[in-house]
Amino acid sequence: MAMEVEEGSAAESEENDKTEENKTDGDDEGDQKPDPVHRVPRKRPQRIRVGLESDSDEEVGKSRKNRANQKSKEEGGEDGEDEEKGGKKGRGKNDKKNDKKGKKEKANKKKKDKKKSGSGSDSDSEEEPITEEELAKLKEEVEEKKKLIATLRNKPWKMKKKLAVLKEAQLFVEKFEGALGKGKGKKFYAYKVMMMKKWLKFQRDFENFKTACIPWEFKIKEIESHFGSSVASYFIFLRWMYGVNMILFGLSFGLVMIPEALMGKPYGTLPRKTVPRAEEANAMNFATLWDFSGFAQYSVLFYGYYDNKRTIGWLKFRMPLSYFLVGVGTIGYSFMVVIRTMAKNAHDDGGGDDTSFNFSWKMFTSWDYLIGNPETADNKFASITTSFKEAIVEEQESRKEENIHLTRFLRVLANFFAFCTLAGSGYLIYFVVRRSQQFALEGMDNLGWWERNEVNMVMSLLGMFCPTLFDVISSLENYHPRIALRWQLGRIFALFLGNLYTFIIALMDDINLKLEEEKIVRYNMTIWEASLYNGTIPENATAPPIQVDPADVPRGPCWETMVGQEFVRLTVSDTVTTYITILIGDFLRAVFVRFFNYCWCWDLEYGFPSYSEFDISGNVLGLIFNQGMIWMGSFYAPCLPAINIFRLHTSMYLQCWAVMCCNVPQERVFKASRSNNFYMAMLLFILFLSTLPVVYTVVSIPPSFDCGPFSGKTRMYEVIGETLEHDFPSWFAKVFGYASNPGLILPFILLMVLGIYYLNATSKSYKEANLELKKKLQMQAEENKKRNKQKAQKTNEMEENPLDPDPPQPKPKKEETSSANQANGEAQKTTNPPQQQGPAPNGRYPSQGRGENLAPPPRVAVTRPPAPRGPDMPGHASGVPRGQPRMPMGPPR
Amino acid sequence: MAPNVVPMDYTKDPDVKLPMQLIINMPELKENPFRERIVESFSEDGEGNLSFNDFVDMFSVLSEMAPRELKAIYAFKIYDFNTDNFICKADLENTLNKLTREELTAEESVLVCEKVIEEADMDGDGKLGFSDFENMISKAPDFLSTFHIRI
Repeated sequence: MAMEVEEGSAAESEENDKTEENKTDGDDEGDQKPDPVHRVPRKRPQRIRVGLESDSDEEVGKSRKNRANQKSKEEGGEDGEDEEKGGKKGRGKNDKKNDKKGKKEKANKKKKDKKKSGSGSDSDSEEEPITEEELAKLKEEVEEKKKLIATLRNKPWKMKKKLAVLKEAQLFVEKFEGALGKGKGKKFYAYKVMMMKKWLKFQRDFENFKTACIPWEFKIKEIESHFGSSVASYFIFLRWMYGVNMILFGLSFGLVMIPEALMGKPYGTLPRKTVPRAEEANAMNFATLWDFSGFAQYSVLFYGYYDNKRTIGWLKFRMPLSYFLVGVGTIGYSFMVVIRTMAKNAHDDGGGDDTSFNFSWKMFTSWDYLIGNPETADNKFASITTSFKEAIVEEQESRKEENIHLTRFLRVLANFFAFCTLAGSGYLIYFVVRRSQQFALEGMDNLGWWERNEVNMVMSLLGMFCPTLFDVISSLENYHPRIALRWQLGRIFALFLGNLYTFIIALMDDINLKLEEEKIVRYNMTIWEASLYNGTIPENATAPPIQVDPADVPRGPCWETMVGQEFVRLTVSDTVTTYITILIGDFLRAVFVRFFNYCWCWDLEYGFPSYSEFDISGNVLGLIFNQGMIWMGSFYAPCLPAINIFRLHTSMYLQCWAVMCCNVPQERVFKASRSNNFYMAMLLFILFLSTLPVVYTVVSIPPSFDCGPFSGKTRMYEVIGETLEHDFPSWFAKVFGYASNPGLILPFILLMVLGIYYLNATSKSYKEANLELKKKLQMQAEENKKRNKQKAQKTNEMEENPLDPDPPQPKPKKEETSSANQANGEAQKTTNPPQQQGPAPNGRYPSQGRGENLAPPPRVAVTRPPAPRGPDMPGHASGVPRGQPRMPMGPPR
Repeated sequence: MAPNVVPMDYTKDPDVKLPMQLIINMPELKENPFRERIVESFSEDGEGNLSFNDFVDMFSVLSEMAPRELKAIYAFKIYDFNTDNFICKADLENTLNKLTREELTAEESVLVCEKVIEEADMDGDGKLGFSDFENMISKAPDFLSTFHIRI
């Protein structure tokens, strides 16, 4: 075991050395030349070399120099081999040191270089300056070597050979880099490289940190492995929702609640901030607080508490403006985030919708090689098996055929039932709401708990039982699970939507009632004030007002707080019902089934009650509608996001636990591939629907006269105009006035519509082009298949033919050592695609490169038979794709 | 890992090899269903005995830095159980059994193998050559993220 550690660290250190070196060199190159030009410099040296050989004018100088180069190269090569024989690591480090030194001391290096070349050649003129062309050539070669170093890791060679080649190339680069005179800003350059490395590392670390910060990842993975991706998609959605609500909570908490609590007037200073005398007796009772009245009603939790002063505290915080902007920002942010996520999902879908390799990918890429924990491995095995089963089920579903008339009849019947259920629930809610209005008219005082909470309870109960009913109905239909899920979702959506809108309409009625009431109260107010001043108002207008305990001041009904309360109550009761459903429906049922199975007359686990399955559709819709209520209510109850956060947090844990301990995986597991965007679309729809009432109330209903940040204004949005008037220079208000002129706004809207139309049209045409291309690709693939079959036959016939070697390359100089030769050959081969294309015995899928050649010339005739290579050979020659250099036949070993 | 086998002094480049049993019990490989294949395809003799160079080689290929093409080459080797340079049906079945711990029924696994061949086999020879494999794997979204080991 001790050895293991040592070895591991040694390997690591060597790796590090190598990577570091490679990196520097890679950076080097990246700085010198932009990527796209990469192919060119590789080709050039050969040409130059050829030119040199034919040209006789400059023969003399060049040949001398060349000889020198070669000699030194030879030395280098020998050196490398020596090193290879001796210890490797030590040498590698030395090299690096040398490299660094060399980089720093450019002058020295030049000298050394010259010395070496001098010693290599037969030494006539040491002082002769290097000519331009030589310099260029040298540069090319250095470039080439550097490229080799950078790409060395990509070669499928054995480590031994890699080391040898690397060493040789490095030596070369080290020797001649100094001569290139590009060492002008060496220090600065080294610094730049270092900073680059640091920055990259920081980026990587930051990425790691970000992924580490994603909560519940492990829980979700666990669930995913046991229940498949569809159940996990619910939890991922839940987590996403949690994140969104975090932001909403931050907005409302940080910009509205905290400032008001810290800087606003304290409790009891204003009538709106005090519990009225009549309610004081039981304002602290738990029942009252649970109902969010009493002290809870007169606190920062609700709209009515906020002061209508323009600024509060020493910071001059613009409270009403902030309140309004937070309301707008909440909705705006939600829209933005939902749409952005949808777009991203769509993009991901677009990238991954190539389902043609579904099974292959599952087969070859599903195992995560990082797994080292036995438990995780178990989970992974389970999840892989599940995913295979999913795929198989889908495959079989697509093949199945059955009696079409029966299914049609059953589907119509099912839809009829579903419609009946919807209508029934709608009527029930209507009935209950009417009843509650009657109760409200009669007065709330002599009503029991049930009568007061009837609407909420009925809605929750409907939301609980109707989905189950739909589930039963949908079993009639016999759809593919994914389609069945859609139907189920659609029905429940309709149900919830109906419920929600009935509720809103009822609320609107309530608001109107309150507005009527307010008028009366206002009238009474003036009488009351008059009585207070004993009818001496005109005279005492400037006198200090008579002190009255704020609890005794009569006040209006404050419909905004009422609306907020309703939404909070609805949310809380919804949460409680959900939890109770989980506890009873899942947990107790599971306990019952598990323990009564020992003494029961039939098998409970596989018979009638059995364990429950996780109801994805119901849960998702519950979540979505809950969010809709948050969006609607959070303007009137700033505490609502906080409550929702609490709810989501607890339900994450509770549901995770419930799923893992009392649910069984669905019998028909299936993949929720795109339903994520389906959820998102529903969420967007709900968001839109829930902004409508809020916007309506803000724009067209006057705020209450004695509560909330907008009291005293005729409309809530006037706060904007007020701010413009007081806090901005007058020209700004003018400009704003012009800009909000309908004459400007209408053309602007028109322009936007046109833009949307244009973008839509372009995207459509792109899509079409895409489809066309895909079709073409497919056709080509099929053609290739055919052709390859023919080719295979041909090759069988020609099996006996001798190997046809590659067309002779323009040989690099003969005197070069074998290793250098081989390296050059490498480069040449990679730069000559056609030659490389020829010998690939297997047909190549034409589009597999970076799309450079859609129609490769079918060079079929001469092939090397795909002789199986021994496992000790360093690479597979057969069918190595382009871009992947083929193995040279004579490795230096 | 085996201090008695490996000498302390590596300067003379001794020809030391570690047997497969030792390597596959490393914590990084222990849970991997393809551990034998990984070690075998990186060993020079094909038997799974690794010299130090092979060992380094293995982790350099499986490291995060290694490029996709290189990884694809070795992945192909790993999944090519009978080392005939093609992934044939037997190889696929082997892979599948290792992946699912033989929890799929015979028909299911046959179906899956057929589907894989049908999807990825571009030249119609009933088995996957390297070009088929490379083409398929180059489009796989999570090949790079799953085919690496951190040490």
